[in-house]
Amino acid sequence: MTAARLLVAALRDPGSVAGLSAEQWTALLTAARAERLIGTLAHRLDRRSVPEAVARILADAEEGAKQERRAALWEAEMARRALASLDLPVVLLKGTAFAAAGLDAGQGRSIGDLDILVPRDALDAVEQALRAFGWEPVKEDAYDDAYYRRWMHELPPLIHRERDRMIDVHHTILPPTARPTPDAEALLADAVPLGNGLSILSPADMVVHAAAHLYADGDLAGGLRNLWDIDRLLREFASDDFWRQLDERARRHDLAGAVRRALRQAADLYGAPIPDGWRARFTVDPLYRRRLLARDGWGRQGHSFTRLGFYIRSHWLRMPPLMLARHLWTKATRKPA
Amino acid sequence: MRHAHAVRVGPVGFRVGAAWRAPVEALAALYEGYPEPEGAIPDLTVRLYPERPWRRWLRPSVAISGDYWLPDAAPLPLEQGLLAAEMGMNLQVALGWRRHLLLHCSAVERGGRVLLMSGASGSGKSTLATLLAMNGWRFLGDEFAFVSLEDGRIHPFPRAASLKNQAIAAVRQAGGTVGPVIEDTPKGRIGYWRPPADALARMAETAPPALLLFPRFGFAEAVEPMAPSEAFMRLTQASTNYVALGEAGFTALSRLVRTVPALTIDYPDSATGMALAERLWSEA
Repeated sequence: MTAARLLVAALRDPGSVAGLSAEQWTALLTAARAERLIGTLAHRLDRRSVPEAVARILADAEEGAKQERRAALWEAEMARRALASLDLPVVLLKGTAFAAAGLDAGQGRSIGDLDILVPRDALDAVEQALRAFGWEPVKEDAYDDAYYRRWMHELPPLIHRERDRMIDVHHTILPPTARPTPDAEALLADAVPLGNGLSILSPADMVVHAAAHLYADGDLAGGLRNLWDIDRLLREFASDDFWRQLDERARRHDLAGAVRRALRQAADLYGAPIPDGWRARFTVDPLYRRRLLARDGWGRQGHSFTRLGFYIRSHWLRMPPLMLARHLWTKATRKPA
Repeated sequence: MRHAHAVRVGPVGFRVGAAWRAPVEALAALYEGYPEPEGAIPDLTVRLYPERPWRRWLRPSVAISGDYWLPDAAPLPLEQGLLAAEMGMNLQVALGWRRHLLLHCSAVERGGRVLLMSGASGSGKSTLATLLAMNGWRFLGDEFAFVSLEDGRIHPFPRAASLKNQAIAAVRQAGGTVGPVIEDTPKGRIGYWRPPADALARMAETAPPALLLFPRFGFAEAVEPMAPSEAFMRLTQASTNYVALGEAGFTALSRLVRTVPALTIDYPDSATGMALAERLWSEA
């Protein structure tokens, strides 16, 4: 079994690690680190039933995840304080949202940057408020800066000068140049307040966002973690009502295809519970699967040809062809910073 | 990966994989006599690989990565593959280790107590630790001090000391064996000094810290006591994982600076530095 498959099996069924050899454990732990799933793995496995060397590594990973969670929640609180005077909805996204809401998907999860969603017409005010509280731009390059502001679904990333932490301020969940156009107003309107001045997306929108991130935007890097998030969200939210809402929201956001694919893939890899009607297979699914399971026991990405294909696809989805050509040309010919 | 070597140094099990035979063979030679990772399951993985497929043969250049990496790390020529392996091991420890508080310090032990020396590259901390280890002290390491989060004791990490430029001559002059030596690295000339058998045999034996020195090489002899508050601030800068450890790191570092006296020492040459360290130790 390849390293990525060992990882998926261990997450799906913790009992599957019984009897792994030292070599297999090494491959599993290395792949888990590379996919940023080692904290999740540590949370899933019972440390009393693994070799001592593995238990030590998992204990470190669990501590690391706890600390990341603490730092992420603190960062969210810092952003709340900076934006409090604007009287806006501030919606936490991704890992920080899972942690803040106490969702299963947040258990042991690694959390990097803080991602928030705010109304588009408030972007300038939000940026000013954050700068006044010590955040500053990361990118000095004028092209990148202009590109973000004109064509991206988020401000150029800001970093806090004392805490050294990044914040991504989104006004929607896909670049405006991408073909699907999610309904950002609906995302904000249905957000769920946490009671501390911050909100999270509604359950259905949370799943739609995770699927959009994976299939309509990126090149599937980090896909195993993304699908694990989706699997946990589905298990926590599953109900007849939820499936109806999810279907409705996916259509509303122009992302029915991406959501269906995410659900199929989460069911395929992690055994996520999905309605029978959503299980139909599509011919390209095995290609996605091959891309998702490309990680080897040294933590390397294998299948370079498949990956190249998905890299090109990610750009293709993100912008129209002429714009893509101009963008890649500028990137390729500019002087390094 | 095509070629690989696994080794344990103190508490850390490493495996180093490479696309070429030479760096792995050099590493295995330098670490001869070191144990295997416990349970044959390494804690950290280093990868040495060509940046582009053809750079495996054509002007081969060694990129350094592993479980943890830096986005802007420059590759090294294949002749410096051993240095690449060493840098890869340092990088993994610096970015990934969280079982101890890590301080960028050299450490030697005598009478069951540890002398820590903290300083930037060029301060002479590796040279002093090596020379002291040739004079009756036990060598715990020249790069990182591993501070226990529970009780503040120092865990040995006795890798081969990496000596730069004049330090190579200074150690040879004192009768030490330095080799292999790598020329024209980004840090100049680098030579490795293998710790004595005793340092290897006792690499699991911890000891409490008793004195903290901040040496500066190339200045007229001077000694200044340092307030615990300043030592604390300097060591947060000298730690690679202080922030990542959160409260546990704060607790361990506070304990260290409260219980261990700290001094800066300026010294013009190794002999003076050694004499200063010995004198301050006897007074501590």
